[in-house]
Amino acid sequence: MCLAVPVRVVALLGNQWVETEVGGIHSRTSIALIDDVAVGDYVIVHAGFAISRLDVEEAEKTLALFDEIAACLEKPVDALHPRFP
Amino acid sequence: MRYIRGFREGAAAAALAQRLNAEVDPTREYHLMEFCGGHTHAIFRYGVEDLLPPNIRLVHGPGCPVCVLAVPRLDAAIELARRPHVTLVSYGDMLRVPASRRRSLLKVRAQGADVRMAYSALEALDVAAAHPEREVVFFAIGFETTTPATAYLILEARRLGLSNFSVYCNHVVTPAAIQSILDSPEVREWGRVRVDGFIGPSHVSAVIGSRPYEYFAEEYQRPVVIAGFEPLDVLQAVRMLVQQLNDGRARVENQFTRGVVREGNRKAQQLVAEVFELRPSFEWRGLGPLPYSGLRIKSAFADFDAERRFAMEFHPVPENAACQCPAIIRGVKKPTDCTIFGTACTPRSPIGSCMVSAEGACAAYYKYRRSATQAAV
Repeated sequence: MCLAVPVRVVALLGNQWVETEVGGIHSRTSIALIDDVAVGDYVIVHAGFAISRLDVEEAEKTLALFDEIAACLEKPVDALHPRFP
Repeated sequence: MRYIRGFREGAAAAALAQRLNAEVDPTREYHLMEFCGGHTHAIFRYGVEDLLPPNIRLVHGPGCPVCVLAVPRLDAAIELARRPHVTLVSYGDMLRVPASRRRSLLKVRAQGADVRMAYSALEALDVAAAHPEREVVFFAIGFETTTPATAYLILEARRLGLSNFSVYCNHVVTPAAIQSILDSPEVREWGRVRVDGFIGPSHVSAVIGSRPYEYFAEEYQRPVVIAGFEPLDVLQAVRMLVQQLNDGRARVENQFTRGVVREGNRKAQQLVAEVFELRPSFEWRGLGPLPYSGLRIKSAFADFDAERRFAMEFHPVPENAACQCPAIIRGVKKPTDCTIFGTACTPRSPIGSCMVSAEGACAAYYKYRRSATQAAV
C-alpha cells in the first residue's frame, strides 16, 4: 500500500498534472501534493500522486557511500552468501 | 533507473553484510522490528535475512493497512456495496480480503454489486462524474502515505460540486501504532516480544517527516532508523541500529535522506489537517481499539462522509479461531506458527488478511519461504 517509486518528470501538463517516466513507462502523475516541480526533477510517486521530491544530491551521496564500502570488499560476492559457502 | 538499481547492488550488499558481521556484539541479541509491510517484502524478496548475523532477529510489524483493518469495518463496506444504487471504489488489495462468513468485496461483486478497483484515488472522482445517477463511495484505507491523496480527493469533489460522491474513511496513523506495540502487555510485562529498535517506514515518513518518532525514541529508549525500501537501504538501516544499540544510544536517524526530511511534506500535512481529525479511538485488527490512532472526516465535510451519509453500522464479529493474523500483526507469532498457514490458508484462497495483502507477513513467507518452511516440516 505504501509502496512508491522514484520517477523522472518529462513534461508539465498543466493543472497539477505532469508526465513521468520510469524504465520506459510513461504515466500521468498528479503534483497536487508538492510545489515547484520542473522537467528533469525526480519525484517519488504513490498511487498516482507525487508525495515527495527525490533529492538527487542525497541519493548520490548514499550511492557513493555504498560504492566506497563495496570497493573495500576483499572476497568475491558469492563467497559471502550463505547459500554459496 | 540509477535511483532504483543503484540500491540493489550485490557487491555493496555483501560488503555491508561483512561489516555488519564484524560489528555485532556476539554476546547479545538484537530484535529489530520493521514496522512497514513494504520492508517485510523487501527483506524476503532480496534475501536480506540470509545476509544478517544469526543474533539479529527481524520482527514483522503491523504496517500493512489491509491487515489491520478490523473485520466489522470491512463487513460494513460489503453491506454498503450491496446497496443497489451504490458504486464502491477501492484499492485492489482490499477486494479479496475475507470478511465475516468468508465474504469479500470480490464475491459480492460476482453477485452483482458494483465494486471497482482503482490504482489512484482520483479515478473514483472520474467514476462519480461519469455516473451522476450512482452514489459513488471511495473506500479509503492506508497509513499517512495514502491519506493526503484522499484529502485532496474530498477537496476536489467539493470544488467540482460532486453531490453523488463520498469517502468511507479508514485511515490510520503510524506513531500511534508503534506506541501501542511498545505499550502492549506482550512487550512490557510478559516479555514475549522483544523489540530493541525500529526500522522506520520510508514513504509514511516522506509525508510526516522524522520528527513524530522523536518522542518515543526518547520516552521508550528505542532507536528508530527511517529506511528506504531497497535492500541496501534495509541493510544499512540495520547496521545503523546495531551501532546505536552498541553505543547505548536511542535516537531517530534517517537512512532515507533522499526522500525524507525532518519536517516531512508540509503541503500534504496541511491538506490532511484541513479535511481530517483524529478519532478518540479506532479499532485495529490484532491490536484492538487504540486511542487517537485513526482519522475521520471533519464535520465541515460531512456531506462527503459515507459513514454519516449512509448511517453505516458496525457489528462485532468473532475472529476465525484457527487464524493467527491478530498475533502475527502484533509480532507475537510468525506465519509458520499458524496451523492453517500454507494449507487451508493460501494466497489463492486466503482466510486471514495477512495472506491477502501484498504487504502481509504470511504472503511474504508463502511467496519467498515456502520451500524452506516445507523442508522444516
